[in-house]
Amino acid sequence: CRVRVAVRVAMPGAVRTLCLAALLGALRAGGTELTLELPDSAQRCFHQELESDVKFTLDYQVISGGHYDVDCYVEDPNGKTIYQETKKQYDSFSHHTEVKGVYTFCFSNEFSTFSHKVVYFDFQVGDEPPILPDMNNRVTALTQLESACVTIHEMLKAVIDSQTHYRLREAQDRSRAEELNGRVSYWSVGETLILFVVSIGQVMLLKSFFTEKRPSSGGAGT
Amino acid sequence: LALYFHTGEREEKCIIEDIPSETLVVGNYKVQRWDIHTHDFLESAPGLGMFVTVTSPTGEVLLSKLYGPQGTFTFTSYISGEHIICFQSNSTRFAVIAGSKLRIHLDIRVGEHFLDESAIQAKDKVNEVNVRLENLIEQIHHVTREQDYEREREEKFRKTSEETNSNILWWAIVQTLILISVGIWQIKSLRDFFISKKLV
Repeated sequence: CRVRVAVRVAMPGAVRTLCLAALLGALRAGGTELTLELPDSAQRCFHQELESDVKFTLDYQVISGGHYDVDCYVEDPNGKTIYQETKKQYDSFSHHTEVKGVYTFCFSNEFSTFSHKVVYFDFQVGDEPPILPDMNNRVTALTQLESACVTIHEMLKAVIDSQTHYRLREAQDRSRAEELNGRVSYWSVGETLILFVVSIGQVMLLKSFFTEKRPSSGGAGT
Repeated sequence: LALYFHTGEREEKCIIEDIPSETLVVGNYKVQRWDIHTHDFLESAPGLGMFVTVTSPTGEVLLSKLYGPQGTFTFTSYISGEHIICFQSNSTRFAVIAGSKLRIHLDIRVGEHFLDESAIQAKDKVNEVNVRLENLIEQIHHVTREQDYEREREEKFRKTSEETNSNILWWAIVQTLILISVGIWQIKSLRDFFISKKLV
């Protein structure tokens, strides 16, 4: 449950535990997921300020465009490249930060001259252990209802993640199918035209070989 | 603590959100301008605003407003599909001349339902678990909407595939027929031609 709440000291016990659980839940997974369009020969960079000793995960996938691949690299605050891949369709990269500062990740379509790509990425920060084990050290235990709430919430988050994954795959496959359909149509029409042109042209050409422009017709022979 | 990226002064940057219908989207942004004197991004630039434009899949504009340097925008989708959210600053300066760029912090949340803070702090009158459950129910509704949208798209996908399949078959038959008939015409035409030229 993403609850933005300030935990006040003078709150009754049950409310405080619930708020604490909710607050921990909010701290657990900060992240951004975006879908953007990369024009050809372009690069888009994103930056995020992170603390040290924090785990972050970058998932990205190309949804449509060209050969469905993109270059990606991730740099730490010191400029060191911690991840670099070229022409990848999808990948997932996790890293435990050592240095505090601004981390940069970029997507590049510079190798492509005319196809613009649609890229989805999901940058998740923080992967602390689940809420429940932390609760063992507290004085008041979570009631069954509250802990069931927390469990359902976690499972729903997994469901939503899985849905996103399938949505992306479906979008990519549908993009390929539409491209295929277009190609089949254009090439079929083109081939038919070429067929007509070539066959009529052949006959015309042959006829022209045997047709003399000179008054004395060579075809008559002696 | 949000993600940020750089853009030119008058450049428009767009992001795509593929969402089901009846979904609430909330976006937070903050924009900073590069200052050539201090060689850093100013905390707040006076007069700097941001045009936020949201276009629905059918091309209809859902939202088009000018916000300040920091703001929150929300919109609810009516149709499912790819909505395009565009950001453009209202700066009148040209990037080349001023040598400046903008830094945009962005955080977009789709289909989430933030609990009303006042409801939590409404002393103990409100049943907190009740509120939690409502949050969960909203999440489940979001999952259901996404599934319905997925069903729509799968149907479209299947139609496209079937169309491709029948296209290929139909064009193959047509081309074969054309090939045969053109071949026959060629032979006939040439035969008549040679007969007329007394070569045969």
